[in-house]
Amino acid sequence: MSAEPAAGPPADGAAAARLWWIVGVTAAILAASVLMGRYPGPYLTPPGALAHDELARNVILNLRLPRILAALLLGATLGASGAVLQMVFRNPLVDAGFLGVSPGAAFGASLAIVFLGGAPPVVQVCAAAFAFLGMAASYLLAQRIHLGDWVLRLVLAGIIVSATYSSATGVVKYLADPLRQLPDITFWLLGGLWATTWPDVLHLVPVVVPCLVVLYLMRWRLNLLSLRDETAFSLGAALGRERLVVLVAAVAATAVVVSKAGQVGWVGLIVPHIARRLVGSDAQRALPASMLLGMGFVLVCDDLARTVLSGEIPLGLLTSFAGAAVFAVTLLRRQVRLRP
Amino acid sequence: MSGAALALRGVRFAYTAGGPEVLRDVSLDVPAGSITALLGPNGSGKTTLLWLMLGLLDPRAGTIHVAGRLREHYSRRELSRQVGLVPQDEPVAFDLSVLEFVLLGRAPYLGLLELPSAADRGRAHEALATIGISALAHRAVPSLSGGERQLATIARALVQQSQILLSDEPTAHLDLANTRRVLDVMRGLGREGRTLVFTTHDPNLAAAIADHVVLLREGRILAAAATAEALTAAALSATYGVAVEIAEVRGRPLVITS
Repeated sequence: MSAEPAAGPPADGAAAARLWWIVGVTAAILAASVLMGRYPGPYLTPPGALAHDELARNVILNLRLPRILAALLLGATLGASGAVLQMVFRNPLVDAGFLGVSPGAAFGASLAIVFLGGAPPVVQVCAAAFAFLGMAASYLLAQRIHLGDWVLRLVLAGIIVSATYSSATGVVKYLADPLRQLPDITFWLLGGLWATTWPDVLHLVPVVVPCLVVLYLMRWRLNLLSLRDETAFSLGAALGRERLVVLVAAVAATAVVVSKAGQVGWVGLIVPHIARRLVGSDAQRALPASMLLGMGFVLVCDDLARTVLSGEIPLGLLTSFAGAAVFAVTLLRRQVRLRP
Repeated sequence: MSGAALALRGVRFAYTAGGPEVLRDVSLDVPAGSITALLGPNGSGKTTLLWLMLGLLDPRAGTIHVAGRLREHYSRRELSRQVGLVPQDEPVAFDLSVLEFVLLGRAPYLGLLELPSAADRGRAHEALATIGISALAHRAVPSLSGGERQLATIARALVQQSQILLSDEPTAHLDLANTRRVLDVMRGLGREGRTLVFTTHDPNLAAAIADHVVLLREGRILAAAATAEALTAAALSATYGVAVEIAEVRGRPLVITS
């Protein structure tokens, strides 16, 4: 009988080296993504085409690059917000679906498609607004629940808000025109970055980038927020204020990217797990690793979504399939600890 | 009050407005550099008293002075430099290494956006060496035994450099060898001049290391005195509501329930 060695956190040097390795792989995926596509032929645009083919240049500059940047922002946001929510809730099985954010966006988008004409900007604004409302409702409800500690109250409130939104989305779908509106709702819910333009990217940047910068700068502090309340308090954390700052930053960025990309599931759940396995659980490294791995994962899935078939494969389908497979492998290879 | 690390006067506390008082008119001086045990049955208010000293709870009435200054006059960060906590069996949801866990003790000295420096890491390594757990530096905290985890928590409190350490049931769930190890470390901290306040259900634990004992029952202090004076059969019987005898073993009181 052989004893399996205890899997400890990686040593500092190894973890730092792996972080740089992740930077390199993400950069390589980014470079490859620019050349992947279905013009002039399937799968790849030869680098030489950039010099003499004006259409290839246009495709890359005006279609592919904004979409790639949107995928980077989407991946970084979902990876970071998943890592932040898991730490703040002290639970490795939490992602942006909690606090009513994603269900709120789904309800807002469905509502806009059925009752407000369904123009893309209206759908985005409505999705973002209801995602924020979901977070605010969860927070306010948690303050009025008299059961358990703050984390449990917020989880319970998030479940209530998410269930309400899901039911309301069901009502809107029931009322939708089955031939015209219902397919639009379904397509939005499947998630994707098709038809992303430079103005779309410019709308994402002013919210997403500052939020990610705040989370990155507060990354070491996240370790403190993952401790039990009395311990974090005894170490000088202003718990209410600091949690609010990181949650608002994580949720605001998520609401904005989800309003554009629809439901892109599993990224926020699976990416922080892989990041922690590679660089350790200290958020000083796990958070940037989650951002980078999120970028790489979404970029690869989006490359496949727009390249494999002549038509578009919904991005959310690919991330869910890939995420579920990776999660299964992770679980089978190592015991996941919910609470020690 | 002079010379008191913690001084409480007329402190009252209830968890809900209009609810029953958990602490009633508690006045207490904790001498600087002493080891003080808060002793009492379940629900007597020991842990609540500890949270009030820590600043986690605010009294409904009365005052709490920390190192001669009103507790509410400290900022959050200033107070955490004065008063540290060694919690009971602290759950850690993620696989932080012991070094990363101990380094969190530097949080009161770092700004919101600041990262720990090489000097901070040096202090964490020193604390691990002081407690004698340097070999555990790169182990994941959730993989430690209860005793090792408690020692890591004490090392984090050392890195925090607070002169007053509060501990909730520091040896609960520990076996005999680990209890002994934790007690030796606590005695060492006491000898260095740190003020230690800990809660316990076990009078023999109080007798083993405390200079002072506070006996609590139903939110009131029944006795607060030097250990030998406070740990009498009559006082313990009144505190726990059971008959108690005290034997002397190697010059120390040993509490036996009849």
